[in-house]
Amino acid sequence: MRADARVVAESDGLGGTRLPVLRGESPLLLRRTGPRTGGGVTVHLVGGAAGPLRGDELRLEIEVGPGAWLEFRSVAASLALPGRSFLPASRLTVVATVAAGGTLRYLPEPLIAAAGCDHVAVTRVDVEEGGALLWRDDLVCGRHGEQSGDVRADTTVRYAGTTVYRHELSVGPAAPGWSGAAVLGGGRAVGTVVAAGPGTDPASAVPGPDAAAMPLAAGGLLLSAVGQDIRQVSAVLDPYCASHPTAQLRTLTPA
Amino acid sequence: MSLATLLLLADGRLPSGGHAHSGGLEAQIAAGRVKDVAGLDGFLRGRLATGGLVSAAFTAATCGDVRRCAELDAGLDARTPSPALRKASRAQGRALLRAGRAMWPLTGAAGREPHQPIALGVLAAAAGLTPGESAVAAAHGTITGPASAAVRLLGLDPYAVHALLARLAPECDRIAALAAGRYRDPVDDLPSAGAPLLDIGAEHHATWEVRLFAS
Repeated sequence: MRADARVVAESDGLGGTRLPVLRGESPLLLRRTGPRTGGGVTVHLVGGAAGPLRGDELRLEIEVGPGAWLEFRSVAASLALPGRSFLPASRLTVVATVAAGGTLRYLPEPLIAAAGCDHVAVTRVDVEEGGALLWRDDLVCGRHGEQSGDVRADTTVRYAGTTVYRHELSVGPAAPGWSGAAVLGGGRAVGTVVAAGPGTDPASAVPGPDAAAMPLAAGGLLLSAVGQDIRQVSAVLDPYCASHPTAQLRTLTPA
Repeated sequence: MSLATLLLLADGRLPSGGHAHSGGLEAQIAAGRVKDVAGLDGFLRGRLATGGLVSAAFTAATCGDVRRCAELDAGLDARTPSPALRKASRAQGRALLRAGRAMWPLTGAAGREPHQPIALGVLAAAAGLTPGESAVAAAHGTITGPASAAVRLLGLDPYAVHALLARLAPECDRIAALAAGRYRDPVDDLPSAGAPLLDIGAEHHATWEVRLFAS
């Protein structure tokens, strides 16, 4: 299955945000949600079909213009499933851009790597100088009591033209040592938040024994947490995302 | 190509301060995740496939063209979210350059305190090694350092640890070849495999008041 979805958020010139483009196709269906008050807009991804399954080629584009505020969420975890073995790995490519003065809070539910899946998640985020970003990715290695499938998450975040975060994480039977003490150490859930731009304090405190808040060399912050299950990861990342200053900008977006 | 030169560069006795670093192992032992040779096996395989692959690729890329030092160094910054690991890598890079300057005429392209793989690539180039050979030295170093540290930290049987290293040698060659095959890639396309617990562990380890290893 091939599917493309695209959302464009731009300032309406009155201190609010409008969505001149909001389109998708199954399984990537996008819906505007939340109140129509305040300066920002919330969009939810609604899974319109099972998967991703092997052979799927999915692409999501998010564009946030100057002065616009967008929070991107999903209604449920996405579940990468095996599909037919002769097909290539399923792939979800997410490409996001944030203009100066724009804010993007990307906070989807976790990706679950079901046993036997073969999935590649490619993320490319470009933020202009003066744009604000909060980008979260959670991964659960297998459903309850199940072996993990293969997932490779390949992430690049650029800020003001500089690559500030470049990271690949591979889990599952094809990734040597992924459950060893260097990578996840028997943990079955991992989550990260990349925060950059106005509102991000690089000196955030270390939030727990299996988590860390790390100022990136070229600016911005990475919050990383590993847990036995996703609840342990959420316990670290949820409060940070909820209290991050970009959450307040929604009602403060200048005209 | 000189095999003896390659052995010199990969030798743990090279006076570059490598023995002061456990490659993140000390933190994981303290967290109870590595207790025996089997736990060390999992740790080393993960480290080799992540940091080992990245180190080997950036060493090979530097060796292949030392004029790329600055952009490759920034590429390692983007791949090293932990400030403690960046500091440890640069301390080792600086010590390696110091040893290297005494051994071969080095280019100054790497600056004073580059990331360790950049320094290793500069030394390899000055020694006349190929990018592929430099990648083997880099990958090898990412597992032999922690393996020696494991003997000291856990009192493991050194014969059992070296038997493990012998079993890992083919994987080390495979990772080095994978890395070397991509050495001309643009920086953003070079390997970036990360290991969350190495980052997290390094941050906690750096706050300890008493530790045996610097990282």
